[in-house]
Amino acid sequence: MIPPAFDYARAGSVGEAIELLGREDAKLLAGGHSLIPLLRMRFARPSLLVDIGRLDDLRYVRDEGDAVAIGALTRHADLVRDPVIAQQCILVAQAAGEVGDPQVRHRGTVGGSIVHADPASDLPAVMLTLDAVLVAEGPAGERRISAEDFFTGPFDCALGPQELLRELRVPKIESGVYLKHVRRAQDWATVAVAAARVGDGVNVGLAGMGATPLRARATEQALADGAAPADAAALAAEGTDPPSDISGSAEYRSHLARVLTRQALERL
Amino acid sequence: MKVSLTVNGQQHDADVEPRTLLVYFLREQLGLKGTNVGCDTSSCGSCTVLVDGESVKSCTVLAVQADGSEVTTIEGLAAGGELHPVQQAFHEQHALQCGFCTPGFVMAAVSLLQENPSPSEDEIRMGLEGNLCRCTGYENIVRAVKSAAGAGP
Repeated sequence: MIPPAFDYARAGSVGEAIELLGREDAKLLAGGHSLIPLLRMRFARPSLLVDIGRLDDLRYVRDEGDAVAIGALTRHADLVRDPVIAQQCILVAQAAGEVGDPQVRHRGTVGGSIVHADPASDLPAVMLTLDAVLVAEGPAGERRISAEDFFTGPFDCALGPQELLRELRVPKIESGVYLKHVRRAQDWATVAVAAARVGDGVNVGLAGMGATPLRARATEQALADGAAPADAAALAAEGTDPPSDISGSAEYRSHLARVLTRQALERL
Repeated sequence: MKVSLTVNGQQHDADVEPRTLLVYFLREQLGLKGTNVGCDTSSCGSCTVLVDGESVKSCTVLAVQADGSEVTTIEGLAAGGELHPVQQAFHEQHALQCGFCTPGFVMAAVSLLQENPSPSEDEIRMGLEGNLCRCTGYENIVRAVKSAAGAGP
């Protein structure tokens, strides 16, 4: 399958990319590992692709004291082997290592994966779990969006048509566990669970359990109230709305969420 | 759009449509048909090549994205009539049946061994998760990669 025709422009800077995004039906291209499959399937038909893949100043991981800053064009493979991530926010490395396969991780970017906002995807669920702050830039300048407000629906996020995601800011965590259930290697999660000790509490996030990544709030509350991990995990599917599809029924997904949450909490 | 790529050590200047996928550029514009198109959905890994030394699925990269890069295909591995150690190991360990997936597996294995020169069996299996073989040749493929890594079968 060959994508339909589009115009192509390579942005030399973030400013230029934002300007080019002003054109009707323009779309950003980073690693292309979410977008190119959509183009081939004709699910997306942009008139212009604005290639930001060479903006290497958006490819970094920095220890900024109270947080770790990750440039949006950092590739999954970079996150897997980054020493700052390994030491300060291991959950991100664990989830990045579960994205697709090695070839996908060599090209795919963390920002692209988050903006694509697939509810079954690994890194959006992790950003939500970590209460990450997403830094966007548009014609009006920079704005910070909490992960809670960022994921607005399936494959939809809070970015405006002329905004791009610049940076992700995640907290330093003491420990984290990411567990993903797939039907076959390299697949999207049927259900995945992210758990992390953030500050004094335990945060738990879910992929594949609704229209967006979700937090297992009932589980978190039970833990805060002193419940044992197994008892708290029994509440993991509360308030979720899992789909039924070829990978599993809603009931099966709820079961997976409870089991994976228990396993994640026991390992945390 | 004008692009300039180094493919298997040779520079190519070409004019491509922005929508041209790297795999079709390699196969149809350069005539390098060793790289196969299997699933066309970034799943099977048959189209794996190296871009700047790292394995990628060339059905999911636009030729314009690879502008200025160094690309290595299966045709570029053997040097001076000698098979690359991974190719030699695939031959010796009978790591193929029909051979369709083989170029992709060899390129994925070359990339894996560059990143991890002595992988464990688990690391080999995980490192090749992006490639599918429909003749059930995985046992011998893993054995070949082990052998190429010097670990021996």
